[in-house]
Amino acid sequence: MTEINVSVNGRGHTRDVEPRTLLVHFLREALGLTGTHVGCDTSQCGACTVLLDGRGVKSCTVLAVQANGGEITTIEGLATDGVLHPLQAAFRETHGLQCGFCTPGMILSAVDLLARNPSPSEREIRHGLEGNLCRCTGYQNIVKAVQHAAHTMAGGASAVAGD
Amino acid sequence: MATTSEPGASLIGASVKRKEDQRFITGKGRYTDDVTLPGQTYAAFVRSPHANATINRIDASAALAMPGVHAVLTGADMQAAGVNPIPPGWLHPGIKIAEFRALAVGRVSHVGNAVAVVIAASPSIARDAADLVDVDYTDHPAVADAVAALAAGAPQVHPDAPGNVVFNWQLGDAAAVDAAMAGAKSVVRQHLVNQRLIANAIEPRASLANYDAAADELTLYVTSQNPHVHRLIMGAFVLGIPEHKFRVIAPDVGGGFGSKIFIYPEECVVAWASKTLGRPVKWTATRSESFLTDAHGRDHSTDVEMAFDDAGTIVALRVKTVANLGAYLTLFAPAVPTYLYGTLMSGQYNIPAIHVDVTAAYTNTTPVDAYRGAGRPEATYALERTMDVAARQLGLDPAELRRRNLIAPDAFPFQTAVALQYDSGNYEPALDKALALIDYPARRAEQAAGRAAGTHIGIGLSAYIEACGLAPSHIVGSLGAQAGLYESGVVRIHPTGKVTVLTGSHSHGQGHETTFAQIVAQELGCTIDDVEIVHGDTGRVPFGMGTYGSRSGAVGGAALFGSLQKVKDKGRRIAAHLLEAAPEDVDFAGGNFFVKGSPSRTKSFAEVSLAAYLAHNLPPDMEPGLEATTFFNPSNFVFPFGVHIAIVEVDTETGHVTLQRYLAVDDFGNVINPMIVDGQLHGGIAQGAAQALWEGAQYDSNGQLLTGSMMNYGLPKAAFLPMFETDRTVTPSPVNPLGVKGAGEAGTIASTAAVANAVLDALSPFGITHLDMPLTPARIWSAIHGSHGGN
Repeated sequence: MTEINVSVNGRGHTRDVEPRTLLVHFLREALGLTGTHVGCDTSQCGACTVLLDGRGVKSCTVLAVQANGGEITTIEGLATDGVLHPLQAAFRETHGLQCGFCTPGMILSAVDLLARNPSPSEREIRHGLEGNLCRCTGYQNIVKAVQHAAHTMAGGASAVAGD
Repeated sequence: MATTSEPGASLIGASVKRKEDQRFITGKGRYTDDVTLPGQTYAAFVRSPHANATINRIDASAALAMPGVHAVLTGADMQAAGVNPIPPGWLHPGIKIAEFRALAVGRVSHVGNAVAVVIAASPSIARDAADLVDVDYTDHPAVADAVAALAAGAPQVHPDAPGNVVFNWQLGDAAAVDAAMAGAKSVVRQHLVNQRLIANAIEPRASLANYDAAADELTLYVTSQNPHVHRLIMGAFVLGIPEHKFRVIAPDVGGGFGSKIFIYPEECVVAWASKTLGRPVKWTATRSESFLTDAHGRDHSTDVEMAFDDAGTIVALRVKTVANLGAYLTLFAPAVPTYLYGTLMSGQYNIPAIHVDVTAAYTNTTPVDAYRGAGRPEATYALERTMDVAARQLGLDPAELRRRNLIAPDAFPFQTAVALQYDSGNYEPALDKALALIDYPARRAEQAAGRAAGTHIGIGLSAYIEACGLAPSHIVGSLGAQAGLYESGVVRIHPTGKVTVLTGSHSHGQGHETTFAQIVAQELGCTIDDVEIVHGDTGRVPFGMGTYGSRSGAVGGAALFGSLQKVKDKGRRIAAHLLEAAPEDVDFAGGNFFVKGSPSRTKSFAEVSLAAYLAHNLPPDMEPGLEATTFFNPSNFVFPFGVHIAIVEVDTETGHVTLQRYLAVDDFGNVINPMIVDGQLHGGIAQGAAQALWEGAQYDSNGQLLTGSMMNYGLPKAAFLPMFETDRTVTPSPVNPLGVKGAGEAGTIASTAAVANAVLDALSPFGITHLDMPLTPARIWSAIHGSHGGN
C-alpha cells in the first residue's frame, strides 16, 4: 500500500491505496464520490472525466498514486455555495442529458473546453468533446448546453434560443 | 425553480424542464453500482474464450486458496441447488428452445458464456481469482453467420435444434403474392444485410443482491428496464423465490435501448449466490463484458421482391429473411424478427399482397434480441431501401414513387395484408411538409449542379410507420407472448392534496418524472412540484411491465390518466356532498370543485383530499381515502409515422461520408413535452444513422468478436453529426385517452434507411445500385474504384 495526499473538491484526504488503484475507483470507493462514473475499460467514453489540477483527465486512465499532491474537482464539487456552475445549469436548461450517466464527465470535459476556449464554435465544441460518448442525446442539446454556458460565462443573459 | 408551473396553465404540450436533472447534474444520481451495502462482496465471472466447446473439468483450487475468496460456484452447483434455465418470454409453434443456464453446464455456445463465478472480498481479488480458475475445454468448430449456420454440414450449435433452426415463421398470403408477381409489369429484387449492432448504453449492466435471512427476503438492485418482469421471471421460473419474498429495485438506469429488458445470467447468479452465501453480492460489467454478453440487435439477411404495375403501384411484396438469434433465446428474441418485423412490412403503403418468411437460426454468438426499434427498423430498412432501388429502376423520383403508394387518408382504420390494423394516419401531409421544409426541388438542383462540378451530394428519404405502445394483451397472448402487455398506474392523493404516483413504467432517460407529473398537474390543477413519480421498485409499485417498445406514454401514461379520472370522480362526489349539490352539477377546473353556475360555491382539491381522509362528513357508503389504481390494457397498438430526409456528401477520393443535414417530420399524436420528445428523436436519429455509416459487430469464422471494445466498434461522436431539424404533424391516436403515440424509437426506425438511401443516391453516378451497411469509407472507396464491383 502507498500513502497519497489529495485535495478533492477542496477537502484534503490522506489514504493508503494499492499501487494499481485507478483514480476513479479511489474516488468512488474510498471517498464515496459516486458521481464520477465508469462506462468503459479502454478510455473511450469519458464518463469518468474529472479535473486534476484544473485540467480534464479520464480518471480511469490515471492511477490514484499519480494524483498524489494534486487538486481534484469532481461533479460533486463543481457547484459553489449551492449555486450551480453555468455548465450544470446549461445542461438542465437545454435538455443536454437524458439518462444522466455520461453527464458528469461531459460537464467536466466541457469545463475544460471552455477554460481553453471560452467562445468555441459549434465545430470546436463537437471536436472538443470527442473524448466523451453519449448514447441518448445525439449530442445536439449537449452542444447547445456548451454554447449556452459559454454565453452565460461571458456575461450574457442566460436565455436560450429555441430550436 | 423552473419546474414550478402555475396552477391552471396548460401543461400538456409544454417544454417543462426536467425535474430529475438536478440530481444528475450534481452527481447525486443513484445507479446500481453506486449502491454499497455493509459486508458487500464482489462477483467476477469466468467466461469461455471459445465459441463452441465442451467443458471437461473446472479446477477452482488455486482460486479458492486466495485470501479473500469466499466461493467459486459453477453451473453444476446451481443445477444441484435446483436453479432452472432462463426461459424465453415468447413462443412460436415448433420453436426449438436451447437450455440457457446462467452458468454453463457441460458446454459453452458463445465467447463470453459464463462458466463459473468467484465471490470475493473486493473486485480486484475476485478478478484475480477468476483468472486462476482453470477450465479444461475441448474446442469444436463454430458458426457465427446465420446463413452459414443453416447450410448443410454446418457446425451444430445445440444438439436439440437440428440444422440450427430455431423456427420458421410465415405471415401473409403466399399464393396471392405469387399470382400478383406473375402478372406484374416489373419486379424489383434486392438482397439486404441488416448488420448486427451492440446497444452500448453508457452505463454497463450491474446487479447487487442482498439476502435477509431474518425476513427470508431477497432484494436485488439491477440495471433493468422492467423490474417487475425481472422479479416474475427470476423468482417464479429461474430461482424459485416467491414474489412476496423478492424485491427488485431498478434505481437510476443509465440508458437501456432494449439491452436492459432481458433476464441475464449474471443477475440470476448474483441473486442466487447472495442467498447461498448469506452476504450481499455485487457485480458490475466491464465494457468488454458488455460487448460479449449484452444482447445484440438486428442481424438479418433478407431478400426482397417488390412487384409493380405500369403506373408504379406496388402490387405485391415478398420478403424472405434469415434472422440470427445467437446462442440462446433471450426474453423477446422470438418476437423481434417476426411480430415486430413482418407485421410492419406494409409501411405507409397500400400493398394488396404481402408474404413474409423468416427463418431464425442459432449461431455461436452472443444472443440477439430487441435493440431500439426491435424489428421495426429492420422492416423499415427493407421496405424503404427497396423503394429507392425500385425508384431508380422504374425511373421515378423516390418521393413520387412513395406518394403514388401511400394509404389514402380516408382508408383508416386500415387493414394491412400483414395482420395489423392501423388506427389512424394521414401520410401525405407529412411527406409534403418534409419536402417543403428541405426544399426538395432546390436540393435536387444543387445535386445536379454539384455533380457537374465534381461534388457528390445524396438525398435520401425514409417514410416509416411503427407499431408501438406495446401492446393489446389478448393479441400478444394469441401470438405466443407469455405475458400481457398492459401497464399499471396508482394515484395516491395525500390528505394535503399532494400526489404520489406509482407507475409500472420505468425511466432510464425518458424523463417520466417530468412528463407524468405534467399529466397529473394538468388533470388535478396542481403544480408538478406537488407530484412525486415513483418507479422502478417492486416493493413500492404494485405491478408493471416496464419500458420498451415506446409504450410508456401510450400505455403507462394512459393508466395514470385513468387513475386521475377515478380520484377526480370520487373528489367530485365528496365536493358535491360538502356543497350540498348533485355530483353531476359539480365541475372541476383549476384545482377547484365548484357548483355549475355558482362559482363561489367551491371546494379546493386539497380541501376535498383532507375531507376524504378525515372522513367526518362523507357521502353515505363511501370509503375514506383518495387513491386509485388502473391497469390500462390498450385495445390496439399506436402507429406513429413520418418522413425523414437525409442529405450527405460523399468524398469520392476517400469514401468519407459527411451527414450534412437531417430533417425529421414525425406524427407522434399529441405530445406531452416537446423538448423531451425532440431529445429522444435526436438520440434515435444518431443511433440509426450510426447503423448506416459506422456501427457493425463483426465476428470471425471461429466466433470471436472482432469489435469487442469502443476502440473498434464505431459509436458516433459529437463531431460525426449535424444539428438535426425536427417538425411534426399531429394525428392523435384514438386508442388511448391522451391521444399520444410513442416517440422513443422513431428516430432509429426511420434514420437508417434515410441515410443509407442518401449515400446510395450520391453514388448513383458511379453505377452503384446498392452497398450493405455500414457504409464505411473503405466500402465506398472500394465500390467507386471498382475493387469490389458496384453491387
